[in-house]
Amino acid sequence: MDLTPSPADEAFRAEARTWLGAHVPTVPLPSLETEEGFAAHRVWEAELAADRWSVVSWPAAYGGRDADLMHWLAFEEEYHAAGAPGRVGQNGISLLAPTLFDHGTAEQRARVLPPMATGEVVWAQAWSEPEAGSDLASLSSRAVRVAGGWRLNGQKTWSSRAAFADRAFGLFRSQPGLPKPHQGLTYLMFDLRAPGVTVRPIGRLDGKPAFAELFLDDVFVPDEDVIGEPGQGWRVAMSTAGNERGLTLRSPGRFLAAADRLVALWCDVGDRADRALRDRVANAVIGARAYQLFTYAGASRFLDGEGVGPESSMNKVFWSELDIALHETALDLLGEGGELADTAWSEGYVFSLAGPIYAGTNEIQRDIVAERLLGLPKGRR
Amino acid sequence: MRFLLDDEQRAFAASLDAMLSAADTPSAVRAWAEGDRAPGSALWSRLAEAGVFALAVPEKYEGVGPLPVELVVAYVELGRHAVPGPVVETVAAAALLNGLGERGETGPAERLLPGLAAGGSVATLAMDGGYALDADAATVLLAMEGESLYRASGHGPVRASMDRARRLARPEAGGELLARGPQVVRAARDAVTWARLATAAQALGVGLALLDRTVAYVGQRTQFGVPVGSFQAVKHRLADAKIALEFARPLLFGAALSMTPADVAAAKVTAVEAAYATARTALQLHGAIGYTAECDLSLWLTKARALRTAWGTPAECRERVLAGLSGDRPRS
Ligand SMILES: Cc1cc2nc3c(=O)[nH]c(=O)nc-3n(C[C@H](O)[C@H](O)[C@H](O)COP(=O)(O)OP(=O)(O)OC[C@H]3O[C@@H](n4cnc5c(N)ncnc54)[C@H](O)[C@@H]3O)c2cc1C
Repeated sequence: MDLTPSPADEAFRAEARTWLGAHVPTVPLPSLETEEGFAAHRVWEAELAADRWSVVSWPAAYGGRDADLMHWLAFEEEYHAAGAPGRVGQNGISLLAPTLFDHGTAEQRARVLPPMATGEVVWAQAWSEPEAGSDLASLSSRAVRVAGGWRLNGQKTWSSRAAFADRAFGLFRSQPGLPKPHQGLTYLMFDLRAPGVTVRPIGRLDGKPAFAELFLDDVFVPDEDVIGEPGQGWRVAMSTAGNERGLTLRSPGRFLAAADRLVALWCDVGDRADRALRDRVANAVIGARAYQLFTYAGASRFLDGEGVGPESSMNKVFWSELDIALHETALDLLGEGGELADTAWSEGYVFSLAGPIYAGTNEIQRDIVAERLLGLPKGRR
Repeated sequence: MRFLLDDEQRAFAASLDAMLSAADTPSAVRAWAEGDRAPGSALWSRLAEAGVFALAVPEKYEGVGPLPVELVVAYVELGRHAVPGPVVETVAAAALLNGLGERGETGPAERLLPGLAAGGSVATLAMDGGYALDADAATVLLAMEGESLYRASGHGPVRASMDRARRLARPEAGGELLARGPQVVRAARDAVTWARLATAAQALGVGLALLDRTVAYVGQRTQFGVPVGSFQAVKHRLADAKIALEFARPLLFGAALSMTPADVAAAKVTAVEAAYATARTALQLHGAIGYTAECDLSLWLTKARALRTAWGTPAECRERVLAGLSGDRPRS
């Protein structure tokens, strides 16, 4: 039981802090969810990558620093504390890259990872379909074998920022008619600008064109863009779903920084006599700390050789509820001003509302906790 | 940096768990509630032999501590097994006496701490006019009054707690004056920190016991032809209980490592809220059987409520957390 950072931990953190202090833009970038903001964030990714800060946990060969999990967590804490911009490359970096490290070929890693690290190629996740949300395995978009590759047909939806992204990764049914829906799926990567792809932006709650739906009409994908074995797509995809729910999508640094800002706001404008609001501020602060320490414990186990298990479902429920509570509390502290759009708090609030829905809804995560961690009997799905 | 229990700490938890499982603690709790102290005292002796009461006492007073992480490990087990008696108060008294010793007042520490560490004496403690837990079972009854610490010679009427295994009484005023002065007040603050940490650990244990028993129950109780645990409404309540308890755990160990009052307060409020929410869920999911005193569940249900306010209400703890953060921020 030890929370004391080693001198190497301290040195890594200090180096990150110094770099961020010198580079984080002083004027916030325009929203990541707009075309202009997307472009500005790509420039920021390139700046991060130039000094190997965009993918610190990757091997140096792909632009990283070989940082272990503890250093990555420290980097994330510094990153968010410095108020650095959102990460336009995050879908690729936190979802596709781990999949390629586990299941990709050396050729795929060499081709895909370096331009991902610099923001030159930004990836979208194309998993959901109009009829396949929580029951993702029921998806019906098809991949049909042709000479040298596959032809894709069907429709994907709710693909975050696909309106401006370059490429996408997703699951397709390559062998219909098998007894179980998880069988006969193939995981592959495709170009969002390939012939046959139509991208239609969908405005989200705040009107920003964040999502898109993708219509695929005889889109050709070469064999080299299949990840893992054809037909094994479910296993390939699920091996990294834990990343999305757990650590990499929402590192503790983000909530610690938000909690700090919340305390500052409470000190500035909070009514000290309002004990109910004061308790909510305290709860948010405590929740952020709990999430940080829970993550440190998980990271310690991971470094001992344990994988990311169903515990990531506990993370998912916890961080998504914490995020909403933090932002709701800030808006309530702001009173009438909390209504204004385009403030960091209100933008963060709208985004937080989606947390219990994406990355597997919280209902699905609670099922996983109940069945896989508590051992309760499976019920009807 | 390795934020995990080591093998020795895990083995300590496992040995306490095994010992308490074998000792039939529920009957000891029921006897304690009826005023029969014998089985509870036997349990205390075995805990003392295992070194539990020496953890907050430094070696120079014949203890093995101070070892807050091991204390948390132990008290989670005491909570899981609903061990009766002033387990937290004995730790608080030890911290208070040791705190006095550290501030130059070694007399009371030298006289009383070896007995507490060895388990020969049982201490309880009342702060400024508050109740002392199980004063009638304690051999050392301490009372803080302003800047003075007394060893009281008796106590007023014993009142029942909602948790039938806890009995509350106010010490009689006066008695033997052990120490007086601002150092006593500072030592009392240490005592509160230790008491909160131990209460938080005990509460986590109470919550874990409630969750385990409820998971087992809904797995075997059938209605509509299936185990009630296969219903999603049931599963989701238990998943929430699990998540709340598992996120209290790292706060507790983080607090044991830092021992700052703010961290300990954060752990306390989180653990007691999680345990209390779990108690509500446990009762609901057991249905009517859970509402009976016959069902052992009741031993933990009422304790979860009592621990919520013992040694600092949730509101007091939250205030302490924010005071630790906002103290130096001027108001613009
Ligand atoms: C902001 C945002 C970004 C997203 N980004 C992406 C992306 O980049 N790529 C991508 O592929 N997808 C993305 N998604 C889609 C997301 O993964 C899906 O919305 C999610 O899986 C839920 O599917 P659904 O919306 O179809 O809801 P449904 O599955 O239709 O569910 C509707 C409701 O029913 C509940 N429900 C369903 N089944 C059960 C069950 N068995 N038990 C209990 N309750 C159940 C759900 O929990 C939910 O409350 C994004 C979504 C949002 C909101």
